[in-house]
Amino acid sequence: MEPFTHVTGVLAPLDRANVDTDQIIPKQFLKRIERSGFGPFLFYDWRRAGNFILDRPAYRGAAVLVTGANFGCGSSREHAAWSLLDAGFRAVIAPSFGDIFKSNSFRSGLLPVELPAPEVAELNRLATEEPGMEITVDLGSQRIRAGGFETAFAIDPFYRECLLNGWDEVALTLRQDGAIARYESTRPAWLPISR
Amino acid sequence: MKTMAEKIWEQHVVVAGDGEPDLLYVDLHLVHEVTSPQAFESLRLANRRVRRPDLTVATMDHDVPTRGGRLAADEIAERQMSALESNCRREGIALYGIGHARQGIVHVIGPELGLTQPGLLIVCGDSHTSTHGAFGALAFGIGTSEVEHVLATQCLRQRRPKTMAVTVDGALPLGVTAKDVALGIIARIGVDGGRGHVIEYRGSTIRALSMEGRMTVCNMTIEGGARAGMVAPDETTVTYLKGRPYAPADAQWDAAIAHWKALATDADAPFDQEVVIDATRLEPYVTWGTNPGQSVPVSGSVPNPVTETDERALAYMALEPGTAMEAIAVDRVFIGSCTNARLEDLRLAASVVRGHSVHPKVRAMVVPGSASVKRLAEAEGLDAVFRQAGFEWRDAGCSMCLGMNPDILGPGERCASTSNRNFEGRQGSGGRTHLVSPPMAAAAAIAGHLVDVREFGKN
Repeated sequence: MEPFTHVTGVLAPLDRANVDTDQIIPKQFLKRIERSGFGPFLFYDWRRAGNFILDRPAYRGAAVLVTGANFGCGSSREHAAWSLLDAGFRAVIAPSFGDIFKSNSFRSGLLPVELPAPEVAELNRLATEEPGMEITVDLGSQRIRAGGFETAFAIDPFYRECLLNGWDEVALTLRQDGAIARYESTRPAWLPISR
Repeated sequence: MKTMAEKIWEQHVVVAGDGEPDLLYVDLHLVHEVTSPQAFESLRLANRRVRRPDLTVATMDHDVPTRGGRLAADEIAERQMSALESNCRREGIALYGIGHARQGIVHVIGPELGLTQPGLLIVCGDSHTSTHGAFGALAFGIGTSEVEHVLATQCLRQRRPKTMAVTVDGALPLGVTAKDVALGIIARIGVDGGRGHVIEYRGSTIRALSMEGRMTVCNMTIEGGARAGMVAPDETTVTYLKGRPYAPADAQWDAAIAHWKALATDADAPFDQEVVIDATRLEPYVTWGTNPGQSVPVSGSVPNPVTETDERALAYMALEPGTAMEAIAVDRVFIGSCTNARLEDLRLAASVVRGHSVHPKVRAMVVPGSASVKRLAEAEGLDAVFRQAGFEWRDAGCSMCLGMNPDILGPGERCASTSNRNFEGRQGSGGRTHLVSPPMAAAAAIAGHLVDVREFGKN
C-alpha cells in the first residue's frame, strides 16, 4: 500500500445519510476480477439520473468527500472503497461510517475521517457555497483545514500508523508465525475440518 | 461475568493487542466467487499460499444463473466462476461449485453441512455472514483485503466491539414470523443502531424459534448496523447439528457439547446497550422505503416523510404518504435469499399458496437457498404447489436478492421480496423492493398487491 500522509484537493459534498455500498458501486460492476477500473462506475445510477452534484465542473477531480452519517452501510464489497480511490478520492469525512466500509477503507488506503455532525455540516456548507474550495486533511497532525475552518480529528492509532507507513498488514501478521502455530497446536480436536 | 461474544473472542486471541487490535484466529473461512478473486491474485503476486485450506470452504452463489446451468452465465460471471475454480484447485480448497449436489448460498450451506458450529469464529467476504451467529458462533462479514489476510494467515486483526443485548419476549402472534422479528428490531434500533456492536438475541421468543428462524434474525443483523448477531446454543442447536456431515461425531460430540454449553452469557454479565421488545405486539412488517429500517405494519399506510432521506425514498419508491400498504400493487414476487430460502421458509410460503394461483399480472419465482433445500422441498412436493400456482421454480443461488445474475427487476418494477435489502436499484436498476416474510410474499403473489397474510384466505 502507498503511504498516506496528507491530501490537499477539492472538497465535494454529498449531503445524504445512509449512503449504502450498493449506491457507491452497483452490483453489475462487481464482476471484475481486478482491483482497479471501478472509478467510472462510482455512484453509477445517481450519475446516470442526471444533475448529480459530483458531476458539476467545480467538483471534478475532487479528492475529499464530505457526506452524511452511516456512509458505506450495507454490503461488505471493498469495491466501494476501490471505486472512490479510483475516481480520485483519498479521504471521506462523515459523522459515522458502516463498520465494514471503515475497515475496508483503512486497508485499501482511503482515509475515513469521523467528525461531529455540526463540523460535518459546516464543511458541507463550505463545499456547497464555495464550489471548488480546497481542503487539506493531514494524517500526521490529525488536522483538517479548509478556508478559515480548522479542526482536529481522532483516528485509530494502529491504522494511522499503517497508513502513514504504507504497511502491508499481511506481512506484519506473518511475523507472528510462531504465535499462530502455538495457537493452532492448542485447538481442540472436535473443531471442523473441511475435508 | 462475561457475555458469550466476549468468551468466544477471548478463546480466539492469538496475540493480545495491548493498545493495538487483537490478532484473532479464524476457525472457518467461507469464500465465494465475487469478493475473493482479488484476494487470491494479491496472494499469488506476493508468492504467498493459503495457510489453512482445510479451514476454508468455497461455493458459487452470487453470480450463478438459476436456470440453464452454467452455460446460461454471462461471460464475466463465467470468468469469476472459473477464477474461483482454479484458485481452489491450486490451493486445495473444497469447492461446492455450480452443479454440485451441495452447492448453494454460502450462508445456507455452512449450517446444512454442519460446518457452522457454536463457539467458532467464522468470517466470509459477505456482510450476511452474521447468519451463522444463530448457532452461537461469532461470525461477521469482511472485505477483500481481510479475505486475503485470512487466506494468508488464518488470522484477522480486530478491535473488540461493544455488546448489545436484544431481548425479545412473548409468543409471536399468528402470521408473524422470524422475518418480522428482524424487521421489528431494525425499525426500533434504526439502520445504524448496532454500529460498532455485536448483538446477542435473547428471550423466550428467540428460544422458541427454530434454527431457520434464528438464522433469519441473525442474518438481518447487519441491516441494523451490527457486524455480528448471535444466539446462545441450546437443545434446538444441538438437535439441528447432530449427524450433519461435518458435525463432531462419537467421543468428539460429547467434548464439543460440553464446550458449547459453557458459552452462554453469564448471569448478570453487563452489556453496553440493552433493548427489550415485546413480541406479542409485533405484526407482519413491510418496508415502504429504501432502507430496511423504513417499515410499517402491513395494516398501516405509507408514512409522512420526516427527513430528507424519507423524501428521497418516497420519490424513488413512487409512493404517496397516506396510501394503505395493502393498496400497493406488485409486479414481481421473489421468494429466496440467505434470509428466507430455507426449507421452513418454503413450507410457510407453500402453505399460503396451496390451492391458489399467482395473480395474472404478477411474475413470481422461488429460488431455493441450496441444491439440498431444493431436493428436500421437491421430496415433499412443495415444488408442485408452487409450479401449479404459477410460480417459477429455480435452481439455488443468491439470484434476485442482489441481481448479479440474469434475475433482475426492470426499471419501475415493484417487487415483494423475502430478501434483506430494499436499497435503490438493489434488485435491478430502477426496481422497487418491499421486504416481507415468505408467507407475506406468497400472499402478495396471489392477491397481486401487498396484503395482510392474517386476513388472507378468510373470504
